[in-house]
Amino acid sequence: MPVEIYLNVAVSGLLTGLVYGLMALGLSVIFGVVRVVNFAHGEMMTIAMYLAVVLFANYQLDPLVMMLPLAALLFVLGYALQAALINPFIARPEHSQFMLLLAIAIIIVNGLLIAFGPDARNVQATYSFDSFLLGPLIVDATKVYAGGAAVLAAAALFAFFRYAPLGKAIRACADNYTGALVIGLNVKRLYALTFGIGAACVGAAGSILTLLIDVTPPLGPAYTLLAFVIVITGGLGSMPGALLGGVLIGVTEALAGLFFTPSAKSMFAFAILVLVLLFRPQGILGKAPS
Amino acid sequence: MTARLLHGVPRHALVMLAILFAALVFAPLYANDYLLTTLIVILYFAYTGQAWNILMGFAGQLSLGHALYVGLGAYAAAALYVHFGAGPWLGMPVAILISVACGAVIGFLAFRFGVAGVYFAILTIAFAEFARIGFDHFTFVGGSAGLFLPVANYARNDLWLLRGAPAMFYYVILAFTVFGFVLCHALLRSRLGYYWQAIREDEEAARSLGINTFRYKMIAIVISAAMTAPAGVFYAFYYNNLFPEQTFFILRSIEIILGPIIGGIGTLFGPIIGAFLISGLAEVLQELLTWFGFDPPGAKRVFYGLCLLVVVMVLPHGIWPPLARLLRLDGARGKANGTPGS
Amino acid sequence: MSGLLDVSAVAKNFSGLRAVADVSFSVQSGEIFAVIGPNGAGKTTLFNMIAGVFAPDAGEIIFDGARIDGMTPDAVCRRGIGRTFQLVRPFPALTVEENVMVGALLRRSDLAAALRRAHEVLWRLDLFDKRAQPASALTLPDRKRLEVARALATEPKLLLLDEVMAGLRPTETDRMVEILRRINKETGLTILLIEHVMRAVMSLASRVLVLHHGAAIAEGTPEIVVREPAVVQSYLGAEAV
Repeated sequence: MPVEIYLNVAVSGLLTGLVYGLMALGLSVIFGVVRVVNFAHGEMMTIAMYLAVVLFANYQLDPLVMMLPLAALLFVLGYALQAALINPFIARPEHSQFMLLLAIAIIIVNGLLIAFGPDARNVQATYSFDSFLLGPLIVDATKVYAGGAAVLAAAALFAFFRYAPLGKAIRACADNYTGALVIGLNVKRLYALTFGIGAACVGAAGSILTLLIDVTPPLGPAYTLLAFVIVITGGLGSMPGALLGGVLIGVTEALAGLFFTPSAKSMFAFAILVLVLLFRPQGILGKAPS
Repeated sequence: MTARLLHGVPRHALVMLAILFAALVFAPLYANDYLLTTLIVILYFAYTGQAWNILMGFAGQLSLGHALYVGLGAYAAAALYVHFGAGPWLGMPVAILISVACGAVIGFLAFRFGVAGVYFAILTIAFAEFARIGFDHFTFVGGSAGLFLPVANYARNDLWLLRGAPAMFYYVILAFTVFGFVLCHALLRSRLGYYWQAIREDEEAARSLGINTFRYKMIAIVISAAMTAPAGVFYAFYYNNLFPEQTFFILRSIEIILGPIIGGIGTLFGPIIGAFLISGLAEVLQELLTWFGFDPPGAKRVFYGLCLLVVVMVLPHGIWPPLARLLRLDGARGKANGTPGS
Repeated sequence: MSGLLDVSAVAKNFSGLRAVADVSFSVQSGEIFAVIGPNGAGKTTLFNMIAGVFAPDAGEIIFDGARIDGMTPDAVCRRGIGRTFQLVRPFPALTVEENVMVGALLRRSDLAAALRRAHEVLWRLDLFDKRAQPASALTLPDRKRLEVARALATEPKLLLLDEVMAGLRPTETDRMVEILRRINKETGLTILLIEHVMRAVMSLASRVLVLHHGAAIAEGTPEIVVREPAVVQSYLGAEAV
């Protein structure tokens, strides 16, 4: 096969991977700071996706435009979830948290199933069939916009954590819980905020993703797993790692789909996960365990 | 050996067990087909729950991919039947062997490389998913189109080939469950049981007491896998069709763990009580909803999720501990305790 | 001079920081040997190397005639070294009796025999009456005694005690000292302990090693060591004894 095809597929995978990365960024923030195993991560994203689909279907609102409002909505949802349900679980053993979020995930997936049924939905925007020509590359317009939007969102997030006082406070919490308490930070509130931010990430990612894939309720668990694979591969606690992991998985999936059958592409994500867990559990950009 | 197993169990506990056992043994006489089918499902989850409980409740390793062992067992036995005419009892040792091999691989990779806690759970999910996708392409066993077992129309029950009336299946799964219960009870009261619980409570402290934690964790996962495989064989011959998408699906793994979590992880009676509660209540809910005219897909599962949520928040150790206190059974402690004569 | 435990020229570095540097000493069978020194002196690092938590970067550790440096903690225990942890680590969901059973099962695979051993040890440590209580319900002094009981149940030849007196009131300290002294006298168990509580060191130890910044600065009987100028200056202060 000519090289252009590989390149096209790789670039396509890269752009999709950026959106995956944004989703995983949310998990990295949640897992890295609040140390909660958010097993409902993908499910929260499907909520955003369904909302985007409904808004588009009924009001013709473009998902890229709706990215911000949906992120805000998911922020509120995430904040409420953390403050109301999850906070008491911070000190509990890991598997307890896991079960709590698993329960929430089950409720979300099946709630969506009841509300929307099992059929696939997606968004066909006016530019859904456009493409850009860059030399030998033919790239879908939607993918370019999606990738671009994801990068913008991620950049905003980086800036927030780097420069905003609130962002720095959150990082302080992550680094040193007791220290943060001692200097008077309201850790519970910051946790809720962080969960909200993580949820906002999936809100944005979900909104963008409706342009690229069809949404069905079982997508939730599949993307939760993918988010974990990405975060573990890229490196826990590393935000660039999440993006890197997302891109890596996106490209691998795309190329695997090309070389083997499309349905086998997730097997590659899992193979990578197993390898990472065995040989470099801190991930590519993560810190080595002390 | 019976004496050792019965030692320290209070009389009223034995009486209650005997009554429960009698009720279950004579069930086909008074239960209609619908109730019997429900009981079969309940006992199936009681059995698989017990198998999972060995790895999680006793040894403290969270597996969220136990459907892998069910599926491997199911496909192994089914393939042998469909392609070579071998009955389920012949297929069972093969099923167990394959599950055990898989469990050993997962255990070795995880425990040798220090993959624990959440990471271990995710690893188990990944393997189950791997199998799900892999079997979709495994044409020898039907691939994604599924594997179908020929159902002969016998008027009589064939225990050897597991073809027959629900009552036959009921007794088979009841026997499995009782066997599982006795096995778990024996394991808890053994050196193995003590060592597992030590590892669960504090692995480093366990090591300081001379326990080779790698070896005992491997034993746990191997026994758990071996015990789960026959459930897969049963599943194959009861439902007579297997699809990778369904058999290895993560929801199957979650269904297995619901019983023990709700009933009480690490306890003897937890998985059984949990299975009865969750399936029983789910059926009641289903009936109520159809009575009101709703039949939403996924309603039962939302219910499962809510149950799980409530239990995790309010009764983190499950329903069994408070129930045991109520029934004054904590002297014998269906809980993880095997001290004779304390 | 070779004893039950011979530590020779042992060293350990952590990312360039020298935690233990060229430490050598011998513990004779049947004696009670104490390691003291200020915080950060390397005592727990030394202990952890003997107990197998990590291997020394240099030197040898010979126990009962065989090298044990680099062995895993469970292998070290099987060789005959029991240990307690500075921050006690009981098995919370198990009862006191069950906790000790876990230790006893190392040498006695039959449950009845292990239970007998567990009861013996519980009597010695004055915990027999509390044997049915869950470990999570115990007070700190009881937990400390449980920690010792559990390690003792593995029938060690050498018992490593990591600051077992920390957090105990004087009467409880005396009780623990009395228990340890009695075990040492009646069974000949060799004890190696890290301690800050000088009251316990003076009444228990037959010999003392003083560490400072990872190096040994004094060794000898307690009376002599506590008067050495280097020790007084670096750790004890003039009024300590």
